[in-house]
Amino acid sequence: MNIPLTIKKTQMGLKEKKFSAVELVDAYLARINTFDKELNSFITVSDEHAYREAGDVDKSIKELGKEAFLKYPLLGVCVAHKDVFLTKSIRTTAASKVLENYIPAYSATVVKKMADAGSITLGKTNCDAWAHGSSGENSDFGPSKNPWDKEYVPGGSSSGSGVALAANFALIATGTDTCGSVRLPANYCCLFGLKPTYGSVSRYGVVAMASSLDSIGHLARSTEDIEKVFLVTKGLDQKDSTLAERNFQISKTKLRLGIAKEFFTEGLDEEVKNSVLASANFFEKNGFEVKEVSMPYTKYGISVYYIVQPAEVSSNLGRYDGIRYGGERKRFADEAKRRIMLGTYVLSSGYYDAYYLKAMKVRSKIIEDVQKVFENVDVLIAPVTPTPPFKLGEKVNNPLKMYLTDIFAATANLSGIPSLAIPCGFTKTGLPLGFQLMGPKFSEPLLFKLGKLYEDWTNWKPKVASLST
Amino acid sequence: MHIAKLANLQVKKSEVEKFSRELSVVISYFDELNGVDTSDIQPTSQTTGLENVLREDDLETEGSLNLQETLSGTESICNDYFKVPGILEERSDK
Repeated sequence: MNIPLTIKKTQMGLKEKKFSAVELVDAYLARINTFDKELNSFITVSDEHAYREAGDVDKSIKELGKEAFLKYPLLGVCVAHKDVFLTKSIRTTAASKVLENYIPAYSATVVKKMADAGSITLGKTNCDAWAHGSSGENSDFGPSKNPWDKEYVPGGSSSGSGVALAANFALIATGTDTCGSVRLPANYCCLFGLKPTYGSVSRYGVVAMASSLDSIGHLARSTEDIEKVFLVTKGLDQKDSTLAERNFQISKTKLRLGIAKEFFTEGLDEEVKNSVLASANFFEKNGFEVKEVSMPYTKYGISVYYIVQPAEVSSNLGRYDGIRYGGERKRFADEAKRRIMLGTYVLSSGYYDAYYLKAMKVRSKIIEDVQKVFENVDVLIAPVTPTPPFKLGEKVNNPLKMYLTDIFAATANLSGIPSLAIPCGFTKTGLPLGFQLMGPKFSEPLLFKLGKLYEDWTNWKPKVASLST
Repeated sequence: MHIAKLANLQVKKSEVEKFSRELSVVISYFDELNGVDTSDIQPTSQTTGLENVLREDDLETEGSLNLQETLSGTESICNDYFKVPGILEERSDK
């Protein structure tokens, strides 16, 4: 069977009885079995679990007919969860040998909400261990390969989630974005990726990386699908105390799109730059006011991020003592060790003021920049990364160079605003290109509106890479 | 070595040189922050603006783990307790 590429088409197929949910799972698992040995996007495939859920989906459709899709908005949607989302009775490793044999006793809020809405869990996707990385190469289970060109990285840390969608192994994939970890694989795999407002989606049951930055997002092949999943995952759960719900009014007057000059500096690849500016042109042609703006402190984002994040990492990974679950601390691989030590250093007495406190203050300056800019524009357009996908192995021996991959992602995480990564084409050599739209806190409805408009203007079609064995 | 000890990590002697070299490069990069005037700036530790978010202190049975679930993640169990490494030693002067 031809696997549909969107939620709408999948549910239409189920409604019209072109295929059953069990047959859909058959089709995905067949592709995974054929192609994933090489791409390495799944750490665990939960076939038994998937067939049980698919059986339930088919039963609901039989009993309720079309009503079933109103009651369960994600009915029949086959999902791959990043392996940092706890899944009850399905192994969850965070791609680290420390949790190699960990089987959670409960599920993350997001996993539960999606399952309650009718989704089917196909398995757990590979990622940089503990979500530490920008390329997927820090996984203790081996790197994932980019289906668009297997010599290139798929972007990280939600690497397997990007690969699983680009290879058509699943319809939706979840991810976490602490500094680009959803947007980067979306950008490198020709997908849409949402980093929601900090505090809009529960982090409960997701392995914590840096608690003041972690955002729980997902990847899909259209804005519409991103929105459909967000409407299920967002909202209070009485478990994560950072959650809030706010209404957002989209301004009725001419919308203003900002281009921050700090995101278009030296070191930005020409093809990336031109594709983002060409995308901005579409907005201008369609009645948006496009303005150049300045956010002078955003250029310090990486320094601030690589102080705040390891500090929080060193604290969050302190709990892994191998007593209640998981293995011993000696199983941590190099990148986790680096970040734990870096965090311990910037928090240690004598260095706290110079590094951690200073970073928290510069973070305030970056937030001021963001607040000011949204007085003048409604939304910002920016590149997701400075370059198109890079080759496997290219940056592994140079942590600083790897860290700088995240430079354009940092602003959204440090200030808590949402960002939607949108694909916009390919380089001359066939590698995916894209851009991100950032809006004020809780402006997801605006980002979705603009994403859909952009898809309409460009007649965008959901894409997967063609694979051969 | 001292940092690794503080972080409760075992780092081999051969690794110390590598990590020191890599992390020094990263820490030197942070020097750019010295150029930012942050006098009179309040530090940001979180972005929600929320404080003291509380819920009713009701027993939540759905979110509670039973004994079997609680112990499901470990193999070192003794009489339904977690077995932990000893921290007390017998006095040698007795």
